Formats: sequence, structure tokens, C-alpha cells
Amino acid sequence: MIEQGIKIEFNKRVATDTFLMGFRCPEIAATSRPGQFIMLRVKNGVEPLLRRPFSICGIQGKDLVCILYRVVGLGTAILSETRDGETMSVIGPLGRGFELPEMDKKPLLVAGGIGVAPILFLAQVMEGRDIEFMTGFTTSSEMIDAGQVINLSIKMSIATDDGTAGYPGTVTDLLNAYLDQNPDRSCNLYACGPLQMLKSVVSIVVDRNISCQVSMESAMACGLGACQGCAVMAFSREGEIRYHHVCNDGPVVPAHLIDWKSI
Amino acid sequence: MNLRQVDLGVRLGPLVLKNPVMVASGTFGYGREFASLVDLNQLGAIVVKGLSLKSVPGNPPPRIVETPCGMLNAIGLANIGLREFIEEGLPWLRGLDTEVIVNIYGHSIDEYGELANAFKGIEGVSALEVNISCPNVECGGMAFGKDPDVSARVTEKVVKGGDKPVIVKLTPNVTDIRVIARAVEDAGADAISLINTLSGMAIDIETKSPRLANVYGGLSGPAIRPVALYQVWQAVNAVKIPVIGIGGIMSYSDALEFIIAGATAVQVGTANFVNPRASIEIIEGIRKYCLEKGIDNINDIIGSLKI
Repeated sequence: MIEQGIKIEFNKRVATDTFLMGFRCPEIAATSRPGQFIMLRVKNGVEPLLRRPFSICGIQGKDLVCILYRVVGLGTAILSETRDGETMSVIGPLGRGFELPEMDKKPLLVAGGIGVAPILFLAQVMEGRDIEFMTGFTTSSEMIDAGQVINLSIKMSIATDDGTAGYPGTVTDLLNAYLDQNPDRSCNLYACGPLQMLKSVVSIVVDRNISCQVSMESAMACGLGACQGCAVMAFSREGEIRYHHVCNDGPVVPAHLIDWKSI
Repeated sequence: MNLRQVDLGVRLGPLVLKNPVMVASGTFGYGREFASLVDLNQLGAIVVKGLSLKSVPGNPPPRIVETPCGMLNAIGLANIGLREFIEEGLPWLRGLDTEVIVNIYGHSIDEYGELANAFKGIEGVSALEVNISCPNVECGGMAFGKDPDVSARVTEKVVKGGDKPVIVKLTPNVTDIRVIARAVEDAGADAISLINTLSGMAIDIETKSPRLANVYGGLSGPAIRPVALYQVWQAVNAVKIPVIGIGGIMSYSDALEFIIAGATAVQVGTANFVNPRASIEIIEGIRKYCLEKGIDNINDIIGSLKI
């Protein structure tokens, strides 16, 4: 993990309110794993004060690190207006990433909205494997084209809440349909998205005894494990209730360790 | 090139620091979290996250929210507990060339005494910083530090119960900080540090619910700096023991404001989240300022405020 000043290589709109940003940093590119994140200081000065966490959505070549983000507040609004060549401070790579599946398991990738970011990176490192990639968006204008983001042609099943593209419904509908059609396939599930979506996904796979890793989201101050601001209620390996810190116990955690009732 | 040296060493009662810049409790974990980003040996001191007798899980999320030029937190004093710190955290910290100050808090006056006693004879702990901003369960949950008499009794318990220099960390959420400062001085504190966070809250107008699960929390960051500076200046004028200035320090010039107001040392808190190297840059900035102004010894500018 390093802290370094980086120069924005590109920062372009790829869907409604959604941007793809890339910067060159060989150290982060060489050591990042899918599911890990970076903390960006989008602006010097004291407003906004805190860094913002972003999942890495892919690495290109030896040094290009990419993030995919949606404008949701002040920090991401400022970032979206940042031009090529501008500089900012980055810390990363941070947190625990996904454990890759064994070769006899089929990887099921399930993403909701901007939660597709770390899942795209996961798909990138599993290039060539037989994966099933399901995504859900609110509407067609928010859809992400994987080819455009990580330069990878993957078949994605798409659901939209309003039916403007793909299956009219949610990504959990897609997941249920897949599992019903392939009841005997041994698989591992990887999910990222809004907490309520993750909760639904986990309830589906728990019943079917499928191993599942989720990438969690939380506001963070430091990203380093110091502030303890990013707690989620979870279980220890001994089954006792405790808090996990999304920054260094996660963001990727085995789904059974999270106390989903608290969410 | 200027070959003159600046002596940045300061004295807090019996405690000697190589420079006046520490990292504040609760913003730097147990030190190790920052080891790959910061040369910890350059720091004046590390104040570790507040410890209680037993480990505390902390508050439910959300625990933090960003506010204008600051942040609110309601972590709930989550910590690994005294025993795990002494067995797991402290041995690593002993390998550093900096002072380690242990922040402690209790739920009753007696617990403070027990904590002080637990650090008796423990090597590698240079001082205790006593958090009196937490709720006193024996007193309806009102913070110990809001009452001068209770503040004094806690201080006395720690002073008599242990063998380390005692710094008492004051809450700003009081009517007159000078009264509390004098009370803990009279009770035997070696130094005081202030300010802890200001109480505050934020509301989500869409859900009409508080942004923190705990409803309210502690405000920190540059938003509180002018309040902190004023209270530090008041405290400096009320007591003879050294004062440590804390509150929204982001840069060397912020730190110098506190030092000129009379703080013998400062603590850098929320800035560590934003810029992990903030404290190191502050030390270098103070050194450069002294060189440029022809000051050989940092002590020459402590309390140099002209009114």
C-alpha cells in the first residue's frame, strides 16, 4: 500500500452520472486484486474534507488503474469535473479482495448498479474461464458496457427495474432463474451492489448452500483501519456478534459472516 | 544552505518530547495502521486509541458523517481492551523511537484508578492521557469532564493509582473551560490536552432520521479550530501546567497558532485521515518557520502571543 500523487489519464462519462477514470501508478497496478479499493483525495483543501473510497474496476497493461463511479454527492461531483492531466493524492491498494474460485467451480458474478465496478475487475482476471455475469440497473441509460470499461468482451445478462433493457426485473430474478435452470452445477457466487440487493442475493444462495463472497460498502474516513467508522454488524469465526470494518476486514467478506438481520 | 539547528524539544511536566507534534487518540489506531505510510519515529508522540478495562465493540453504524470542513463521529470508544493492548499492541510500539502515550477511559471513577494501576511498571508507556469526555454511568451518563469536582476526583484516582505522568484531556462542551482546567491541575495533573470533539448532529431530510445511528456524535476537523484555539488560550491563562492544543490542526501554520497561544505541544487528529503524513509535514513546517524567523528553540515562541 502506498500514498502517492497521481495524474489523471482520462475521466470520461460512460453512462448517466457514471464515469470511468484512469491513472497511471505501477505500484498499485502491480499489487491490486479484484475487490480492493483506493482512497482518493478529490481536491486539496478542507471542503470536502475526507478522502473517498473507490473500488478498482480494472487494470490495463502494467500501470493503468481504473475506477468506475457514479456521481452521488459532493466528492464524486468534484471528481467528475476533474480534467485529464490534473493531479490528486491516492492511497492504495486497500482492503481484502475476492478469493478466486477453484477450477471446478463455476463463478457466478452478480452486480447491482455501480456495484459492477469490482465485479468487472474480477471478470477481467478470470478472462477465459466459463463465468456467468448478471447485472441489474435501474434503467437502460445507467447500463455499463464491459467492453468499454475494461476492454473485455464478456456476455452479461442484464435486468432493468423499468424494463427499458434486458429482463424487466431485478438481478436477483436473473440469479433465481439461472439457479433453477442449472440445479446441479457447482458454483461460487460473487456479489456487489446495494445492501438490500446483497441481502436478497444472500438469502437465495444460503438456501442452496452456495459459497458466496460479497463486497460491502460504507462511508469511511481513513480506509486504513484507524477510524473504525465503517463498521458493519457481523459474526466472528466463533459465531459471536462483533463489528467488521469494511476497510480492512473487507470490503470483500464471506456472506455468512455478516449479520444480515441488522441491515 | 542554513546549517543552524532548531531545538524542537518540549517538556510536558516529567515527559520530554523530541518535538511538539503528536498524533491524537482515536485517529491513529494503535500506530501500526500507519506504519507503511508514515515514518513513526519522527513523531513527538503517538497517543493510542482510548482503552478501557475490557474490549468495547462500539456503536452501531452509521458511525461517521462528513459535515462542512469537518466530520461527526460516534464510534462509541470501540477498543481492544487493556489486556490485548498490553500483550499485542504494546510490544510492537516499544520498537519505535517515539513516546507512546496511552489514552484511557472508565465507566466509573474506580475504573480509572484500575486502569492507571494496570500500567504501573509497564515499560514503553511514557504517559497516560485521561479521557474524561465519556459518560459517567454512576452519574446518569453525564460526562465526567463536565463537572469540575468529578474531573478532579478522576484525575486524583489516576495520579495516585499509577506511576506515569498524567495528561487530562478536556471536553469543550462545558460552560467555562478554565474552571475544569484549574480543577484537574489542583488534583495533580501533569498537563492538560484540549479540545476533545464538540457535540453535534446531522439529519437526513429525506428519511427525517439522524445521520448517525447514535443520533449525535463528536465534531472534529478544521471546522472546530477557532473554538479549540480560544479554549486553549483560555486554559493557558488559567493554569501553570503545560497545555496541549488539539482541534482541527491540518498544517504547520494551524499548529503554530496553538503554540503562539501558549500550547506547549499539539495533537494532530482528523488530518491523519485526510493526509497520513500531515503530522510529519507539520514538524517540518514548524522547523522551517523557526529557521526563517531566526528562532533556535521552539520554547521561545510558546505563548508569544502579542495582544
